[in-house]
Amino acid sequence: MLQNSKMKEIVIISGKGGTGKTSIVASLAALAHNAVVADCDVDAADLHLIMKPKILHHEDFRAGYKAKIDPEICTSCGICYDLCRFDAVKKLDPAIEANNCEYEIDKIACEGCGVCSFFCPEKAIEMETPICGELFSSDTHFGPMAHARLGIAEENSGKLVTLVRNEAKKLAEETGIDYLFIDGSPGVGCPVIASLTGADLVLAVTEPTVAGRHDLKRIAELTRHFSIPMVVCINKCDLNQEISNEIENEALADGVKVIGKIRYDSAFTKAQIAGISVVEYSNNGVAEDIKQLWNQLEEKIEAL
Amino acid sequence: MRVAIASGKGGTGKTTVSANLAVAWSRLEEKVTYADCDVEEPNGHLFLKPSIEKTEQIGALVPEVNFDLCDGCGKCGEICNFSAIVVLAGKPLTFPELCHSCGGCSLVCEPKAIKEIPRNIGIVETGSAGDLNFVSGKLRIGEAMSPPLIREVKRAIPANEHAVIDAPPGTSCPVVEVVKDSDYVLLVTEPTPFGLNDLKLAVEMVRKLNLRYSVLLNRAGSGDDRVHDYCRKEDIDLIAEIPDDRKIAESYSRGELLVDALPQYELLFKRLVDSIKMRFKPIQEETIR
Repeated sequence: MLQNSKMKEIVIISGKGGTGKTSIVASLAALAHNAVVADCDVDAADLHLIMKPKILHHEDFRAGYKAKIDPEICTSCGICYDLCRFDAVKKLDPAIEANNCEYEIDKIACEGCGVCSFFCPEKAIEMETPICGELFSSDTHFGPMAHARLGIAEENSGKLVTLVRNEAKKLAEETGIDYLFIDGSPGVGCPVIASLTGADLVLAVTEPTVAGRHDLKRIAELTRHFSIPMVVCINKCDLNQEISNEIENEALADGVKVIGKIRYDSAFTKAQIAGISVVEYSNNGVAEDIKQLWNQLEEKIEAL
Repeated sequence: MRVAIASGKGGTGKTTVSANLAVAWSRLEEKVTYADCDVEEPNGHLFLKPSIEKTEQIGALVPEVNFDLCDGCGKCGEICNFSAIVVLAGKPLTFPELCHSCGGCSLVCEPKAIKEIPRNIGIVETGSAGDLNFVSGKLRIGEAMSPPLIREVKRAIPANEHAVIDAPPGTSCPVVEVVKDSDYVLLVTEPTPFGLNDLKLAVEMVRKLNLRYSVLLNRAGSGDDRVHDYCRKEDIDLIAEIPDDRKIAESYSRGELLVDALPQYELLFKRLVDSIKMRFKPIQEETIR
């Protein structure tokens, strides 16, 4: 892949869900004028509800494996049942089932390791690569967007996140756009790790609650683990001034700067209902807070 | 009976509902466990303030190669579907963080050169908060896979006891691991476009898993009627609503339980226990018959 050396990848995550990541990403995209956006919260993607992407290209996402027993070949020896560590081989009641096979794969429990297939003496188990979701490349009124939909109850969210990121990088490359904003998922596990490894900067969006503060510490530990610089934005900052101050002091002590504070405002919900970004919906108070965040963030990015 | 509290979207109030439901239930003179299965960002302890009696390190089994016994056949690399063991120039290299602990490499190794050893993926804490049993998992930072740890949290729930299980957000493997063997799922959402979009995903998930479920609407009144309309159209029970109230948000921010800080909600949560039991009962009777 070509490398746009000027391109900067900024990942917006929060640890805790519901702190306002997606609303803030949409507003940053509106303010930056020149950014590619990637929705990497692939198992609960919401950014499209604000960005209203026009899909230009989509493809199926296939990954991993699922085992499948051929009942015609299976002799019901039970080796697969004994070896599976994921309880994915189900024993059927031979009295009820009309076919001659006593076992069946629980596709949701199947991890795709292939142990059953490898050790099946009759070669009756095949490993198939399922479609786990869809990848989209789109255009929005703020610029190009890469996004995806992970199939319900599917695995491999980390791989899909990587594909969305690569697609977004390709879009940035093709359009010569310098900023790439990544809307990450909550948590600190597989999809979050996939969304931030190798990124230039993490913007952590938190809230002044005991849970927000607790989860921010884990996100800070995670970004340190992967050596990615991090800045913080406190959303709903006036909900609890005391905790807001504590978060700021604790972050500073860790060498992390709070670059934005956004007031608690119903404009977040109202803009969402109107299907537009907060900075398009409102032009005072809360919108000013987000503009200040963007100014600080842009300075930080330029200094990278 | 095990009740899982889930939601597609993060931050809709899963932990608030789980912690308060568990406490209200235990105040009905029943033995209840609160289990925090949101192992990436566990928050239940911030509200329940349990005393922890036991902390257990959890290990996932990963291969360790004894090179004195290895004959370089390469079968371990062939069977591994996760690139967790790769054979280069007749020498197996392991990548433990990619390992799914299926045991394939050690099974296939004829000279018995591969031993499975535990690799630390996090901790499970058990204790109590008043009359409530408390179990919680915490994933080690940098660890990608949470389902093996979630399985250990579930294992730590005492059998024959009621349990309220706090699930992580989303609709993929960690959530499925939490809800799949629960008796009932309560989906928490909020009356907004994001709330509805992610509720629909969560409903698809519980339907695919064939689970009994209903919906709780949090911050009712803050948005519009789209969640009500959807539930009506899809014939889904909306069994409780918590109003949008800055007082609730402030008390939550301080880590207080609603049932204590704003006592009028104790009744709401006790009623919620009854409504869940009522909806679960018919199935129990069917099974007995």
